[in-house]
Parts: sequence; C-alpha cells; structure tokens
Amino acid sequence: MKLKTILMSTAAAGVMLGSASVAVNSASHGMEPCEGCANSMTVVSWGGAYQNSQVKAYSEPYAEATSTEFVWDESSNEAVAKLRAMNEAGNVTWDLVDVEGPDAVRLCDEGLAMEINVDEVLAPAPDGSPASKDFGDSLVSSCFIPQIVFSTTFGYRTDVAAWNGAVPSSLCDIFDLEKFPGKRALEKRPKKNIEWALICDGVAKADLYKVMETDEGIDRALAKLGTIKDQVIWWSAGADTPQLLADGEIVMGSTYNGRLFSVIEEQKQPVAMLWDYQVFDFDGWIIPAGLPEDRLNRVKHFLKFGTDTQRLADQAKYISYGPARASSAPLVGKHAELGIDMAPHMPTDPNNMGNIIVNNIEWWSSYADDVDAKFQAWLAK
Amino acid sequence: MSDLPPYASTGQRIWHYTFRYVICGLIFFFLIFPILIIIPLSFNAEDFFTFTKAMLNLQPEGYSLKHYNDFLTNPDWQQALRNSFLIAPAATFLATAFGTLAAIGLSQSHVPFRRAIMAVLISPMIVPLIISAAGMYFFYSRIGLQGTYWGVVLAHAALGTPFVIITVTATLVGFDRSLTRAAANLGANPVTTFFKVQMPLIVPGVVSGALFAFITSFDEVVVVLFLGSAAQKTLPWQMFTGLREQISPTILAVATIMVAISIVLLTVLEMLRRRSERLRGLAPT
Amino acid sequence: MNKSDGAGGVPADGIMRAADGTPLKKSLARALRREKIRSLLLILPLLAFILITFIAPIADMLFRSVENGIVEDTIPQTVGLLQDWDPASGELPDEAVFAAFQKDLSEAFKAKTSTRLGLRLNYEKAGMSGLFRKSGRPATNMEPPFREAFIAVDEDWGDIETWAVIKRASPRLTDGYFLSALDAHRTADGVEMLPEKERLYIFLFMRTIFLSIVITFSCLLLGYPIAYLLASLPVRTSNLLLILVLLPFWTSLLVRTSAWKVLLQQQGVINDILVWIGLIDDAGRLIMINNMTGTIIAMTHILLPFMILPLFSVMKTISPSYVRAAKSMGASDWTAFWKIYFPNTVPGIGAGSILVFILAIGYYITPELVGGTSGVFISNRIAYHISSSLNWGLAAALGTILLVLVLALYWAYDRIVGIDNVKLG
Repeated sequence: MKLKTILMSTAAAGVMLGSASVAVNSASHGMEPCEGCANSMTVVSWGGAYQNSQVKAYSEPYAEATSTEFVWDESSNEAVAKLRAMNEAGNVTWDLVDVEGPDAVRLCDEGLAMEINVDEVLAPAPDGSPASKDFGDSLVSSCFIPQIVFSTTFGYRTDVAAWNGAVPSSLCDIFDLEKFPGKRALEKRPKKNIEWALICDGVAKADLYKVMETDEGIDRALAKLGTIKDQVIWWSAGADTPQLLADGEIVMGSTYNGRLFSVIEEQKQPVAMLWDYQVFDFDGWIIPAGLPEDRLNRVKHFLKFGTDTQRLADQAKYISYGPARASSAPLVGKHAELGIDMAPHMPTDPNNMGNIIVNNIEWWSSYADDVDAKFQAWLAK
Repeated sequence: MSDLPPYASTGQRIWHYTFRYVICGLIFFFLIFPILIIIPLSFNAEDFFTFTKAMLNLQPEGYSLKHYNDFLTNPDWQQALRNSFLIAPAATFLATAFGTLAAIGLSQSHVPFRRAIMAVLISPMIVPLIISAAGMYFFYSRIGLQGTYWGVVLAHAALGTPFVIITVTATLVGFDRSLTRAAANLGANPVTTFFKVQMPLIVPGVVSGALFAFITSFDEVVVVLFLGSAAQKTLPWQMFTGLREQISPTILAVATIMVAISIVLLTVLEMLRRRSERLRGLAPT
Repeated sequence: MNKSDGAGGVPADGIMRAADGTPLKKSLARALRREKIRSLLLILPLLAFILITFIAPIADMLFRSVENGIVEDTIPQTVGLLQDWDPASGELPDEAVFAAFQKDLSEAFKAKTSTRLGLRLNYEKAGMSGLFRKSGRPATNMEPPFREAFIAVDEDWGDIETWAVIKRASPRLTDGYFLSALDAHRTADGVEMLPEKERLYIFLFMRTIFLSIVITFSCLLLGYPIAYLLASLPVRTSNLLLILVLLPFWTSLLVRTSAWKVLLQQQGVINDILVWIGLIDDAGRLIMINNMTGTIIAMTHILLPFMILPLFSVMKTISPSYVRAAKSMGASDWTAFWKIYFPNTVPGIGAGSILVFILAIGYYITPELVGGTSGVFISNRIAYHISSSLNWGLAAALGTILLVLVLALYWAYDRIVGIDNVKLG
C-alpha cells in the first residue's frame, strides 16, 4: 500500500533529523516572477496552531519574496457550505481553501473545486520525480493538493489523582470509567467515535465498515458510547480539547495530534498522548472553481512554492503533522523554537503506529447523513 | 410607598429591608457582576480565564496589559475593529435615513394599511436572527451579495430600522400637530415647517434611534457569520470564533473595551432622553 | 356651469364650496388623498428597502423548504418515463428507462451535477450518494443492454427500492423536508413516523419551548422585584438604579456570554470561590456550563432587562393611592399587594413575558457557546444544517416552522400590547 510507504518514510526521516535541519535554513527561494497575478490572496484555514504553521512555513516566506498580501479566514469548518453559497452567487471571494480529504472529494463532486493537473501545477521532487508520484496515495481527489498526514487521537492529563498512578495505555481505556474516572471530550459527530466504540465493543478492524452498514451496528456503537455519555463533553472545534485539558475541565479527550503536541510541548501542560487506534486523514488545499485569471495565476504561483518539498518539510518545524510528499520526509528536522526532535511526535513514527485506522472517505460519503441523524438524535436525549 | 411609615411593625420593617437590600441587592448583583468581573480578569498576566494567585494577592506582577497589547497589535483583531467601524456607520446611516422618513410618514393621521405596514417594518426585530440569517444567506447568495461588504451593510441596516422607527415614533407621539398648522398659517412652506418646527423636536428620537441601529450592527454576530467572508470579519465575529475556537484572554480585553463603549452610548442616550422630555414638556425639569 | 361665489354663504345648489370653487367635500377628499399619498411616499423607501433586503430572503427560505427541481432538472427523461412505472408491480423499470437514465446520467456527469443529485437522494435513502458517485463515470461509456450494464456497476440498480426512491423524489415540489423536520418520512406505504429513538426535531422544538418558558419564568421572578423597587423609589434614585439595568442591556451579547463562560467553568470564578470558602471540595466542582443550566443562567441574565423595562413602564403608571386606599380599609400588606397592585401589573407581565419568550425561542449564539448538547436550541440545529451537514432544504423547513411559532406569538403580542407600544430604554 502506497500510503504506508509515505507514512513509513516520513517516520524514517525522524531518525536522521539533525543533519537535515541545516538544509531547512539554507533553502533559497529561487522563484520565477509571477506575471499577470493579483496582489492579494484570501486563504481559508482552520485557525490555531495549524494555521500558524502554514503562515510561518508557507505564506510569510512567500509574502517576503513577492510582497503579496495574505488575508486569512478561519472558515475551513464551513468551507463546503460557504463555497456553495459563493458559487450560487457567482462571486467567489476565496482563493485557496484548506480542507480535509473528505471535503475535497465532496467539493470536487459538486463542481465547486477546480480539477488540477498536479504535475503541471506543482513542483517536482528534488530528484526530478513528478509531483503525482511524490504525493502518491494522498491525492484522494483530482481537485486535492495534499499538505499533511494528520491523525485524530487522544490526549490525557498525567496528574489525575483519582487514577492512582495508572495511565491509559489502550484506546478502550476511554470507555473504562472505573479505572479512569473523569470527564472526556469527544467530537460532536459520529465519524471516528463510531469506529472507536465498535473496536472497543469487540469488532475486528477488518469487519468495521461491514458492521457499520447495518442499523444494529450503529445501535451497538451508540450503546457503547452510551456507557460513558454522561461523562462526555462534545467538542466541535479542534482547539476545544487542548483547552479543556489545559484547564483541567476534562481528563482525556480526542483531537488532532498537532493540537496535542502544542499543548504538551509548547505550553508544557501535564498532558500526554495516547496513540492507540489513531485515525489517519489527509489535509490539503483546493482551488475554488471559477477564479478570475489574475487570482488563479497568483494561487498557482503560490502553490508551486508553498507545496514544494522544502516548504512541506518546514511546516513540520511548527506542528507535528507528517508532510504529504515522500521527498519531504528526510528534511523534517527540529522544532523551530523548542529545538526538540519532531520525529517522536509525528503520527507516522513507527512507535506510534501500533494500531491505526485510515479514514474511509468512500464509506462516510454515503452514510454520513444517515448515521449523523441517528447520532444527533441519540446525542440530544 | 417609597419609605416605611413610622407606625410600621417590626415584621414589616424586616420585610422592607430584606426586600430592598437583600433580594433586590442580589438581583442587581446578578445583573452587574458578570460584566464587572471581566474587567480585572482582562488584566491577567497569565493566559487564563480565571484569577491567579498573584492576582488575588494583589501583586503587581499578576497584572499586565499584555492582552490589550495583543488586541492593539494583532492584525486579526485590528482588521475586525476596522471592519466594525466601516460596517456599523454605513448601516446606521441607511437605517436612520429610511427609518426617520417612514416614522414621520407613519405618524400622519391618515395612513392606509397602517397596521400591515407597521408589521412589515417592525418584522426584522421580531423574526429570530437565525431565521433572518438563514433567509438572507440563501437569498443574498442568489443575487451575489453574500460575502460582500454591501451585503452585510444592507442586512444590518434592515435589522436596525425597527429601532429607529420605534424611537422616532415615540418622540412624535407627544407632538402637538397645531404647531405645524400654526407654522403653515404663518406662511411657512412644508419644508421650512419640517426643518424649523418638527426637526428640532424629533432630533433626540432620531439620534437615539441611530444609536440603537449602531449598536445593533456593532454587536450583531449571527447574520455577519453567515453573510460575511473573511474580509468582513467584525469584532463580534472575531470574539465568537475566539470563544469557540482559540479561547484567549484577549477576548476579555476586547470585552472590557466594549463595556466602556456601552457606557458612553448609554450616557449619551440618557442625556438625549432627558432633553427630549424637557423639550416636549413631559418631564418635570 | 354655475359658478357661485365660494366665499359667500350657502350657494343656490346647496353645495359647500372651497375657495377655488370645487365642492368642499371633494376638496377635503382631495386634501386627504394628498396627505395619504404624502405619507405613503415617506414610508415607501423603507418599505421597499425592507421588502427587498428582508422579506424577500424570508420568502426565499420558505420556497427552499419545498423546492425540489434538482431531480427533474438533472435526469429529465428518466423522470418522465418513470411516471408510467409502478413500483408495486414488483418489476424493475424496463430497458427504455435504463437507456434514458444512461443518457441523463452521462450528461449530468459531464455537467458535474450527477453527484449533487446523489447527495439529494441520499436524504431519502442512505447509500444513494455513493451509488451515483460510483456510476457517473461508467455511465458515459456504457453499451446496451443498459439494465445489465448498470447492475454490473452496482447491484443496487437492480433493486426496485432504488427506483422507487427516485420516483418518489421526482416531483418539483416536495414535502420531504417538512416531514424530516417533523421526524417523519415517506415510505412505500405512505408517511410514517421515524422509530422513537431516531426522533430529534419534535424533541428539540419541545425542549426549545420548555427552556424558553423556564427562562421567561426566571426573568419574571427576578425582574418583578426590581421593577417594583424602581417604580416605588423616588425618580432620582430609580433613574440611578435604572442604569444598572440598562448597562447589561447595552452591553454586547458576546461580552456577557464570555463573562458567563468565565464564571461558570469548572475551573471558573464561581467554582473557585466555592472551593475557597470550603462549600465544595476540589473534586466536587459543580458543572454549570455546557449543559442546560449554563443556557438557562446565561440567557436569564441576557434577557432580564427585556422583562424589567416593560414591567417598570407599567408599574410607573400605577398610582400608589390604590394600595394606600386598600390598606386604609384594613387590607393587610399582602392582600393589598395581591388584590390591588398585582392585577394592575398584569399587562406588564404579559408584555415582558411574550417579549422575552419570543427573543429566547430563536436564540443561537449563547446556547452554542454555553449549552453543550443538552442546552442547545432548534436554532443551533438550523445553523448546523446550513453550515455543516449542508441540508439547506431541511434547514429552511425547520426555520419555517420556527418562524410560524414566532409569528403566532408576535400576533398575540400585538393583540395584548400593540406593536406601536413597544418602548426601548
């Protein structure tokens, strides 16, 4: 499986970081001038530490070299809805939108994102191999320009007195209220929660989606979630869990691994990661369909720079997500401010990959409406 | 009833004082305390939403202006501030201009379909914001106003007009019609009559209506969340995403500044109300 | 024409005339008409403005809740041919339907509308969106016989239910969104309620109404004593105290919501104080936010001024001599209050309660920020369908139902108080 190769090579990169970090600093921009290009770009992302890493690794160096003005919009959560509205109006104000793989598939299907020839738009790997080969399986849709591999996983507080020194070591400890009492945070939508619940209810990983296709399967998952329901705070933004963990409002919770990294390593909170059954996903850019010529030129010019091997590797200096290019992996180095090795913090580190699930975009695109209706009805009561 | 009669019994006395100082005191406390509590917290030297030990011990190092500094230097907050001051005045102008004219029209003695017209004009105040926002989102998308500056301005102006109508109508209620007739009798044309006689009397109503329209737009978040795009991000929008996503005490600094703005607006409004009542001879001077 | 001297007495024909000679009645009618036109001209700009910027969007929303052109627009020939097919016959549609569908679908695929239709049909039956996504590209280079070709792509095309769903969803207007909004759905046997555990919206509407009543009641409970105190104090003092009511009223909703977030968190100010004075221990911190309690407390605070102000304006007009008279005739304090004062304040209670209730029922921001899952309103669900699940038809249907509820209350408010009598500050 190609995905596995990317993941493994990213991980392997961690081993030989030290020397690579020199290359990061000495990277020269060497950009072609942008002709017939707009002077500003509206870029949509998720806010928080993640957006910050994009600003540091992509847009700041680019703005410095080209004096392009960047406007950031933290609307990735509602990207599909807003793009649909803009499209109806025939007035698309966004130039580049950061979305997760499933949203990219949907946007592409609805004709709201532009299809692109990655080999033409994106830079080849330093060894000359074309972008399509370098990105490999992360190209989940013909509109999608991947940036990172991220995972959704759990963080827990390390100073909970009621646990008598025990720490969660497996996913199913989330459901163990006796050994690990306290509030938990889970995402306010069924995806991932259903999978986790079924695994802890004894379903084999291989049978997961077959079980989920039946009403009984969903009921079973909800029943399992029901065992901890009154101890759960349901989050809707990726920053909620880190904040709740830091405030001591919860003892464990799911969120994106990069957010946990910043709460653990940057804010030095007494929190640790639980990598068991982390769910892998891709995140990347899409270009909205129907951009005027000058803005499209600017976006393409930016993308050629902003998704090259070096830039994707640079992003890992600010947040612990794995670059989507195989060729970026050997360049991943130390954290920009903390100076710690990023390797052990990557979701793709071999030590963190004991059990993993790769998000099943295909399945969820068909069943999300139905399962969501059931989940929300269950949640409201 | 304002004071106890001298013959009041002990029970009556106890009840009187309990009611006045304990019950009402607690309710006033409930009303005001949440607003006041954010002021000291906004000077927190740490990135927490609660009082730190250093703050409780009144140590100077527990306090800092860093969140205010963040507000003043962070481009996101600055852009939001700028947008708020670009959108609110434009919306206020539209709402006040249309609203004042309509209120004068509505105050005439013979207006056909008065009730129906009033119902339509007041409706933006009554329809829940989420419904207005949803409808505007769908409709403005169709006509290309979604995600534009003018889309937000028009929407905010529509939400502000009912307040202008209500306040201006209120100043016209006590208006003595014989004054305009007298002016006409003395040879003034309708335009002169309006500016010399009617206008000075309704000015307080217009201004307080405008203030209401301003604060409606300045505080509004639901509609702008749906209709706006990044370029129209206002202060409340930034606060909302901040509260939902990156909870930072900068929000408390902004909140404190907004409380200060409210106090200024409230003072102006109160002065206007007194002036208006004095002019119309409704209140003892 | 008999032109009389209008300035003089009653003319020969007995008709009063104005200075210019027209009959007085006519002249007055004309003046009246002119005045009407003038007032309408003053109102017209705003009326047009509101109709375009506000009423039209609402109408558009109403339309979206039943609009369903997408099926017929995307696969017109298939929809036409399916008219003659009866799902009850137990037979799949014939080859002509499959041939038409192949043509429709490949065109839709090229226009990038095929998956959009799949998303629409997915509301009727899970799996349809995957089916359409999967079949779009193969349809473009399919060879007859088409029925077998489609079944080869996915066996669901050989399922009668798939076609029955398409046929059921094909009319240009649909009641499907309203049925969903009322926890019902349309099956082969007609309209049916969803199974008990999957019902959501009626429950949410009930909860919204229940929470709004609780909030209205707590506003009344807290607002009445304050309004009473304000009305009974001398004007100078009451004006000062009124500021304490008006300040929250004028303070941004988001400021007040963030304040409650600060206060109510488990690690927040109130819990800290309770722990500090030893009322609770550190492990027993109260959970007052991200649930119903959070919503009720924060919204009571936010809406309290809307209760106090109407109550106060009514109580101000009640003459203290009524109660004095009652007492002088031997009534106890309580009787004087309950029998004389309280009945006089009922209009204020009505006005304040309806106002608070109308405002509460449509709230979105505060429940979203402090309500967790048990304290959210129907509005939060509407917003969710607009921005996350993208089921705009359902959002519009839920919005329409909420709007009807509010308009009914508005009508009641108009009856009791009159919209003209709304006062601010």
